[in-house]
Amino acid sequence: MADENKSSSPPPPGNEPKPGAGKQSGSVEPLPPADKPAPVSNPAPTSTSEPKPAAPPKPGGPESAGATPPTKPPAPAAAPPKPTGPVPVAWESGMVNKLRGQYGSGIEALTCLGQNYIVADSSLTFELLQVMRDEEEFDYCVDVTAVHYPKREKQFDLVWILYSFPRNERVRVKTMIAENETFPTVSNIWPTANWLEREVFDMFGIKFEGHPDMKRILLPDGWKGHPLRKDYGIIEQDKEWVQINLGIESGQ
Amino acid sequence: MTADATKYLSHLELGERDETFLDSNELIINMGPQHPATHGVLRVILKLDGEKVLGTECVIGYLHRGVEKIAEHRTYTMFNPYVDRMDYVAAVSNGLGYCEAVEKLLNVQAPPRANYVRVILTELNRIASHQLWLGTHALDIGAMTPLFYTFRDREEILKIFEKYCGARLTTHAFRIGGCLYETYDGFERDVKKFVDFVTPKIDEYEELLTTNRIWVERTKGVGYISAKDCIALGVTGPVLRASGVKWDIRKAQPYANYSEFDFEIPTGQNGDTYDRYLVRLVEMRQSLRIISQAVERIPEGPIMAKVPKVIKPPVGEIYHSIEAPKGELGYFIVSDGSTQPYRIRVRPPSFVNLQALDLMVRGALVADVIAVIGTLDIVLGEVDR
Repeated sequence: MADENKSSSPPPPGNEPKPGAGKQSGSVEPLPPADKPAPVSNPAPTSTSEPKPAAPPKPGGPESAGATPPTKPPAPAAAPPKPTGPVPVAWESGMVNKLRGQYGSGIEALTCLGQNYIVADSSLTFELLQVMRDEEEFDYCVDVTAVHYPKREKQFDLVWILYSFPRNERVRVKTMIAENETFPTVSNIWPTANWLEREVFDMFGIKFEGHPDMKRILLPDGWKGHPLRKDYGIIEQDKEWVQINLGIESGQ
Repeated sequence: MTADATKYLSHLELGERDETFLDSNELIINMGPQHPATHGVLRVILKLDGEKVLGTECVIGYLHRGVEKIAEHRTYTMFNPYVDRMDYVAAVSNGLGYCEAVEKLLNVQAPPRANYVRVILTELNRIASHQLWLGTHALDIGAMTPLFYTFRDREEILKIFEKYCGARLTTHAFRIGGCLYETYDGFERDVKKFVDFVTPKIDEYEELLTTNRIWVERTKGVGYISAKDCIALGVTGPVLRASGVKWDIRKAQPYANYSEFDFEIPTGQNGDTYDRYLVRLVEMRQSLRIISQAVERIPEGPIMAKVPKVIKPPVGEIYHSIEAPKGELGYFIVSDGSTQPYRIRVRPPSFVNLQALDLMVRGALVADVIAVIGTLDIVLGEVDR
């Protein structure tokens, strides 16, 4: 952690993690000392919220990991006081124009930090993915993953990262879905999505309809809870499972 | 057959007794999780007809540490050492991918000198990873000598790492914005010496194996996978190249300063275990080529870019991937503008490649399963994260 030693820029006023002080440095919370049941409210809804703590640099430091879910489309609006980060701009290309013609306002194609992505309405996304595979030659599904924004009405972002060998091009497709909403599997379009979707199910609890084998992959079958949801605390565990299967009081 | 095993095998259509060899029953056996040839804690449930594999199911997660969850509770800087613990035999590559992803998010560029040092260390690590793969893979198949040869030579790489940053395996060599450490006195000399030392050693491995009758019999035609299946299953790295697809992120979408070097991407034709072995050997030689070019040209200058002490990327998201020794290693980072990542997703090559195991061993013999697990070159620390 001593890596910043060399940079000579003046230290920003915020509390920074000091080399040795890993334990209790103000800006981070390595292991919340809070007791176990608490984490339900742990990362997400913690106090510091909408008016991001950034502009008036409080020595208390920003502390919540997931305080403000950066809802994607209005990203610039979410952080007015920041040295505003990269602003997504419309992505123009032949393919995008074609897709716009096909889906109209259902999709939004953007470029940010040199990377292209398409935000699509969840009802259109499956069809869009199929079109991407069949007509636009995105033959390699790099990754399927999700992001949880507990404060949003549609809590989950589903993200597909696609790559096309013939075009040497990457694109991300994103959509929003609500809790308990399912999404059709893409494992029949890209077989690689089989395990990737199982991992999303395991970690977020999002079910993929029509998946040949929708069950947990990394955690044990009987486990309760989905760890990558923001309301799942970092030291939370399925105590019952641990006690029954491992014969110990707690894994901590 | 245990009840537990049948639960896992739901998709293998365990039905009435099928027609099997010598009219024997189908057999379901467990390989692992504690099995020396699974390279960690991987459990494979095999459905067998005599010696023939009818289907497999991988049970993974024994080494799951929740790396992605931990990331959300650490600062960007604090999370850096954790990535080394995923693919622990190629820790340097993991660090490179992570640092570059955060740099992209911050819109910071590592200085040229740092890029050269990064390339040298990453390529050394690629060689070390391939050496470890070769030694253990050959050992699984029954050739013991290569293990001693490769470990002897890998040691020289680890010594360079140790002299550079004090650690041998989980190096934490890079930082966001460059490298923490200046190279030590004699770094270039050590690297050149290593290149001269190891070049004939790779010939030595070849002498032991390439035309070895037993090796050839055990690997030729074993674990075949076509280019089409590779792409459909998302398989990357040497496995993809051995099936004939000339694709390497170092060339396709160059990162660091790989575009400045002259090197070839080896490909195979047959997509079998033997071709994957050849591809990896050529890759080691190509890595040496990159290293010798880089070490001649390391520029002077700073080794660390100016990055703020508190790393606080603006709101946004990024996907950055590199060519790790095992395939495409990607980081998808979502920033909410705070000091801690909102979400980090690691796209692990081992995890995705392992999915191809079932396809590759169907119809093969039990002993080939060992060979195929070896040839996929998985690291369970990365599969499970």
